[in-house]
Amino acid sequence: MTLRPMGQTLSEKILARAAGQPTVRPGEILVCKVDLALLLDSGGPRRIWPRLKELGAGVWDADRIVLCTDHFTPAVDAESAAILQLTRNFAAEFGILNFFDMRGIGHVLLAEQGLLQPGMFACGGDSHSSMGGAFGCFMAGFGAIEMTGVVVTGEIWIQAPETVQLNWSGRFRHGVVAKDIALFLCRELGMENGGRVIEYGGETVRAMSIWERMVLTNMAAELGAETGIVAADEVTLTAIRAAGREPAADALQWRGDADATYLSVRSYAADDLTPQVAAPHSPANSGPVDRCEPVHIDQAYIGACVGAKLTDLHMVAEVLEGRKVARGTRLLVAPSSSTVMAAAAADGTLATISAAGAYILPTGCGACAALGAGVLAENEVCISSTNRNFKGRMGANSAQVYLASPYTVAASAVAGRIADPREFLA
Amino acid sequence: MKTISGRAFVFGDDINTDVMAPGLYFKSSMEEMARHCLEAVNPDFAGQVRPGDIIVAGRNFGVGSAREQAAMALTHLGVGAVLAVSFGRIFYRNALNFGLPALVFPEASVIRAGDALQVDPVRGRIERPATGDSWTVQGLPVHLMAMIAAGGLMPWLKLRLAKEKT
Repeated sequence: MTLRPMGQTLSEKILARAAGQPTVRPGEILVCKVDLALLLDSGGPRRIWPRLKELGAGVWDADRIVLCTDHFTPAVDAESAAILQLTRNFAAEFGILNFFDMRGIGHVLLAEQGLLQPGMFACGGDSHSSMGGAFGCFMAGFGAIEMTGVVVTGEIWIQAPETVQLNWSGRFRHGVVAKDIALFLCRELGMENGGRVIEYGGETVRAMSIWERMVLTNMAAELGAETGIVAADEVTLTAIRAAGREPAADALQWRGDADATYLSVRSYAADDLTPQVAAPHSPANSGPVDRCEPVHIDQAYIGACVGAKLTDLHMVAEVLEGRKVARGTRLLVAPSSSTVMAAAAADGTLATISAAGAYILPTGCGACAALGAGVLAENEVCISSTNRNFKGRMGANSAQVYLASPYTVAASAVAGRIADPREFLA
Repeated sequence: MKTISGRAFVFGDDINTDVMAPGLYFKSSMEEMARHCLEAVNPDFAGQVRPGDIIVAGRNFGVGSAREQAAMALTHLGVGAVLAVSFGRIFYRNALNFGLPALVFPEASVIRAGDALQVDPVRGRIERPATGDSWTVQGLPVHLMAMIAAGGLMPWLKLRLAKEKT
């Protein structure tokens, strides 16, 4: 009698391949070979290069490193200018060809440049690196000291996580989007999902663009999960081709076995979901917009990796078409990349948004983490398309930040208070 | 790794990396950033904490971003160990990589601010001599012992690179 090997989830298959073994079981400690490492100006060269010098070491494989400037762009003072200069020097010194300087937010650039492939094992020096999982790869975030280890050795240890499968069925009502799923899940699953990969599936997810899937995997970080992942399909392959690259030959083979073991499998109906708002100071403090106090909004912010892609700007423009931002409220929009900016300029989206009275900011991480333009003053109230509303994250400790979808942020900007976007959509 | 003795600084659930290392001070020195460590939840912390003192917290300590400055600010202030009901995954890895012991302590809520504690991180032994209480928890992860024994990820990488050269 031969024992049939137990079925594996998608994540387990990728980790087994990266660790060079036939299978893995949850809890097992693995040393994985890294296919791609994403470094940003924040926790990248400025923190890693001095350590390389201390170690007398170089980078293990410059062609597997992607480097982007996004947190400190554009330079606004001597410190940020020096950080960006150091980042550029690092790219030149180590011959990093995949260096994107002031072209947008790293997590979005990986997608736009077609650098992710299903089945990859990737690491990023930023917690929202989980966003890459939308391409059917295993991509997780780590601190700069650990990324130093990756850059030197090309390896990292992982404790194989359990997989939680979330299946969404049905169609969204107009005005409800992936961000509402993400905020709903922060409440439903809480922010303490360590040791778990969240695998998103079901017909609702299959019907989403790659950009909307990226919202789900991005906010696996808020769930406290190891990472998030969506198995590849034709949408994934189309996104890779749109970036001018060819999908790997085995791209569609990267999926879980039918007899894989999941920690849990949950089903949700997209038809029942309404726009969600997370009140201060936690993404898990979320609920339906119609049960949220209609508080006055000082600043509405569209920005960051999760919330300023072209699909997000289209939502904003749909609400703002023929309307104005309320007096006493300001709307700031920081498109997530140069490519997004160009596309939004070409199709009239930026004109609609600007005509409504919004203030267009440079591309970059910006006010999301109080690093760029749009920082909040004491006691100000903000509604934001970003992913975190921790106390003090966007500026003053007393500032109040609400999280919502781009639809809800735009509707709130027009109303001057937290508003249900369905009132503004035909 | 030696036994750590210090006073307990007690925090609740979901203490995030942004309040340990606020983005507003990202461009400042560690000296300056550490002065603002945890001020949003305890304005007196950075001024009062002394070398060896121990953070005792609830669930999901260090939830949030990958910023290693969160763990660095604690070590800069001399924090000797962090005991929490559970940890955010990147913070937990960062802490161990910097040689800051982080132990999962399910009974953290019985500790009061100011309690004098002794912690043996390798054996997972926590003692409160004043009351005679002691707890045994999971010690530091076995698979990381070589790295922890070396003093953290950087010294461990040095050893590994030296070995590869010979």
